[in-house]
Amino acid sequence: MTTKRRTFLRVSGAATVAASTGMASILASGRAPVYAQAKTVHWLKWVDFVPATDQMFRRELMPEAEKALGIKMNLETVNGNDLQPRITAGIQSGAGADLIMSFNSFTHLYANSVVDLSDIAEEVGKREGGHYAYAKAICSDGKAYMGMPWAVIGGMIAYRKSWFAEVGVTKFPETWEEYREAGKKLKAKGRPLGQTLGHTFGDAPGFTYPYLWSWGGKEVEADGKTVVINSKATVDSVKFMQGFWKDAHDEGGLAWDDTNNNRAFLSQTISATLNGASIYIESLRRADQYKTEKGEHLNKDILHAPLPKGPAGQFGFHLLQSNMLMKYSKNQDAAKAFLKWLHTEANYEKFFLSQKGFATPTTAKWEAHKLWNEDPVMTPYKVAARLGQAIGHSGPPNAKAQEVLSKYIITDMYAKAVQGMAAEEAVKWAEAELKKVYV
Amino acid sequence: MVALATSSAGGKRPAPRARLLEDERWLAFALLVPTAILLGLFIAYPFVKGVILSLTSARVGVEGEFVGLKNFVKIWNDGIFHVTVWNTFWYTGVTTVFKLALGLWLALLLNRHFRGKAFIRAFILLPFIIPTVLSTFAWKWMFDPTFSVINWTLYQLGFITQRINWLGDPDLAMTSIIIINVWRGVPFFAISLLAGLQTISPELNEAAAIDGARPWQRFWHVTWPLLLPVTMVVVLFSVIQTFADFQLVYVMTGGGPANATHLFATYAYQLGIGTGLLAEGAAISLAMFPFLFLIVVVQLLYIRRVEVR
Repeated sequence: MTTKRRTFLRVSGAATVAASTGMASILASGRAPVYAQAKTVHWLKWVDFVPATDQMFRRELMPEAEKALGIKMNLETVNGNDLQPRITAGIQSGAGADLIMSFNSFTHLYANSVVDLSDIAEEVGKREGGHYAYAKAICSDGKAYMGMPWAVIGGMIAYRKSWFAEVGVTKFPETWEEYREAGKKLKAKGRPLGQTLGHTFGDAPGFTYPYLWSWGGKEVEADGKTVVINSKATVDSVKFMQGFWKDAHDEGGLAWDDTNNNRAFLSQTISATLNGASIYIESLRRADQYKTEKGEHLNKDILHAPLPKGPAGQFGFHLLQSNMLMKYSKNQDAAKAFLKWLHTEANYEKFFLSQKGFATPTTAKWEAHKLWNEDPVMTPYKVAARLGQAIGHSGPPNAKAQEVLSKYIITDMYAKAVQGMAAEEAVKWAEAELKKVYV
Repeated sequence: MVALATSSAGGKRPAPRARLLEDERWLAFALLVPTAILLGLFIAYPFVKGVILSLTSARVGVEGEFVGLKNFVKIWNDGIFHVTVWNTFWYTGVTTVFKLALGLWLALLLNRHFRGKAFIRAFILLPFIIPTVLSTFAWKWMFDPTFSVINWTLYQLGFITQRINWLGDPDLAMTSIIIINVWRGVPFFAISLLAGLQTISPELNEAAAIDGARPWQRFWHVTWPLLLPVTMVVVLFSVIQTFADFQLVYVMTGGGPANATHLFATYAYQLGIGTGLLAEGAAISLAMFPFLFLIVVVQLLYIRRVEVR
């Protein structure tokens, strides 16, 4: 007898029903049910900046998941900038990957189109000492978890130990004034600080938001409506930035994307830059290719430090990744089972170890992991997720805050000012733009 | 006559469908149907959908409701949109003038006889053939703030002492993308105009030369008027494409620094995809339509006038 299309649909439909009711018992039995082989979970994530991780996923974790859960895994990786068009296309057409990696507030942006993951998130949180406030603010709206917190790609300043020492700075500057002084001396020696103020998703807002907060500036009140960017604190921060830029920065930074500062640092044209750990990791990976002017390995001359303090404190804004389970997915149970499996400690640890500190987990327990003691250069990233603050501060990191982010209003405020616009004017411009968003 | 009538009556009658197709009107209709379906599916439907979208409050994953012209009012008052409009006109205007001038010049040169003509003509098309994203990435490296080969060359030759901040300075960033667009667009102009030039009978030019016309006069009074219809069509195509350009700016600057290079398409993308505001993105895309429509109407009318003359 040949299987007709209709018969097949009926049978596999029955399998879906069985799976949706009996997943717990299947998991408990620990054996893969035969019929579920047909189920494929499609996971779309970014191309990891640490290539070893994606390799490990493909060679180890995905086959293991297939075996343990009796599903088929389809892991697809795309450039981080391409996630949003894919999510949009998926939601609008009602078809696409089951699980999609979210950057920051995408979770709030697509809240209507995702499945609540509170059960998994709360279970993992309970087991691992709780999710950081930063992860909770971004992944949850207080009622539901729109994404399962995955990891934080910490942004820290990577700097050249010996070059800072040559201008008399042996401990990384703690305040913006000290940092500017050091940068001034370094720029005079042809080794400026490097920072992007361009339209790029990671390093630009990763600097401008914490910088603004550290001066006491903020875009909106906690009500998420009252725009308060036009304050003395903001104007002060912009004025300081104008001098800071001229004194200490590589002025090409206005056009940099997320990769330019990596290249500039590795080719030794800048002395410090805010970045994920990718510069250091690359210098380790190809140690012999990157040598200092004295012929030593560059990786021995790199240290990391958080952004300096301002009058109002010290902040960070890091790339927080989570995984969203799409409402249109026809494999929600299998996808959920996979997520649950992926977040068991033994499996998550494999990911964590492969990252070597590039990704910081979003629960407190991992701070105690021995990985952080293996390489002191990476230790500062341990607390990246703890120090993080979400966009839209003091309002919620919702769709409006995301609009401000993706319109680069805060970044452009500083970019305009360093290009010659008066500080007050630049702030006024930002205020007018923000008011159009927060209506 | 009689025989014919008998044979058609006595023979097997053709199936009705075949007879239907013998009617030219029906045949024409049948032949046009595939094109109409394609145009309907891929042009009319997205366009109508875009119009409907722009009149709602739709966001990604949220249907939204009818809000009339609210989105258009919002973008009308949007400072970034104003910058975008100005950028798009400036970008289209400047590039079109340069592409036309350089393309025409190149076409006139290529229209002469020289060795390796075919090879050179094929070679000229390269910028046009290479996928835009690929060539733009190469340009991105050439304008790189740190590693620009252009800066390096100028520095080595002693023309500059400091790096030129190609993509970081608002005016230079615009200039840079204009240069790339001209580089990419000139071959299209050159080859199309060359095709136009080749339809002009050389006898006309020879006759003018015998009558004592100088080269410039021959160009201005003989070649140019005859080339004008082709030129107008080429300019029309180019204006439409340049006006709606996306890839080049997206790859080079993402619309930065501080929105200095945003065009309609990049800003619509930023709002529609980056922020999930589908309706506003659609409104910005549609804001292009009246401008383009006007340009098309004016040029088509002009072409018709030239042809009638």
